[in-house]
Amino acid sequence: MAKNNVGPNRLVVGAHYGLKDWLAQRITAIVMAVYTFVLLGSFLSGSNFTYEGWAGLFAQQWFKLFSLVTFMALYYHAWVGMRDIWMDYVKPVGIRLALQMITILWLVACAFYTIQILWS
Amino acid sequence: MSEAVKEVPKKERPQFRNIHITELPNYRLPPAGWVSILHRISGFGLFLLLPFLLYLFELSVKSEITFAYFKGILENPLVKLVLLGLIWAYMQHFCAGVRHLFMDVHVGIEKDSSRQSAVTVLVVSLVLTALAGLKLFGAF
Repeated sequence: MAKNNVGPNRLVVGAHYGLKDWLAQRITAIVMAVYTFVLLGSFLSGSNFTYEGWAGLFAQQWFKLFSLVTFMALYYHAWVGMRDIWMDYVKPVGIRLALQMITILWLVACAFYTIQILWS
Repeated sequence: MSEAVKEVPKKERPQFRNIHITELPNYRLPPAGWVSILHRISGFGLFLLLPFLLYLFELSVKSEITFAYFKGILENPLVKLVLLGLIWAYMQHFCAGVRHLFMDVHVGIEKDSSRQSAVTVLVVSLVLTALAGLKLFGAF
């Protein structure tokens, strides 16, 4: 029988979320790095740390959206990292699954809290 | 002859296993190793204290009254200490992450340069922590 599982027809195994998450972790990291530069720059260069200056920055719609995108990137990034930690140190499947579920619930709660803070 | 060969006792060969938790205190990590494990620890700490940080963020932007309350909370020495720890965790994670991104595109992966960048990460994150801390607590 001819080998039909070589080259482009090779049997690719795995669900690919290893690679997907690895890449997502890098992309979200870049988003957060850019945000950090903007925020840290405006924080350190301001003459003094007042409510008007600080809240004024977060009152603008573009910065609210920029913040939201960054925080969502943060939560995805944290999920990938926490999943790595659980996979490395917690071997019993039941406990690991429970910790992963708690992690997701924790991050989803943080995400909705973030939306509430930014638009209230 | 063949009998003589057989009778040579087997040498005890050293075994290298994964590091055990009881060996941690007398195990010397290179700078890159410190950056690696601190990346993990700082990330975990930031994850755990996310709600606290979000709460402080909420106080700081909600209204002038909550902003004043936020500044009052910062006067507490314990809050100052925790917050400085978190700022350091953020800066450490940030700097080590930037180093990571450069290494992903094969910049600075040689032994000497990676050691140098690891030391740089440790130092720069401490400097940035000091800067942000001084600003937050009103030194400039």
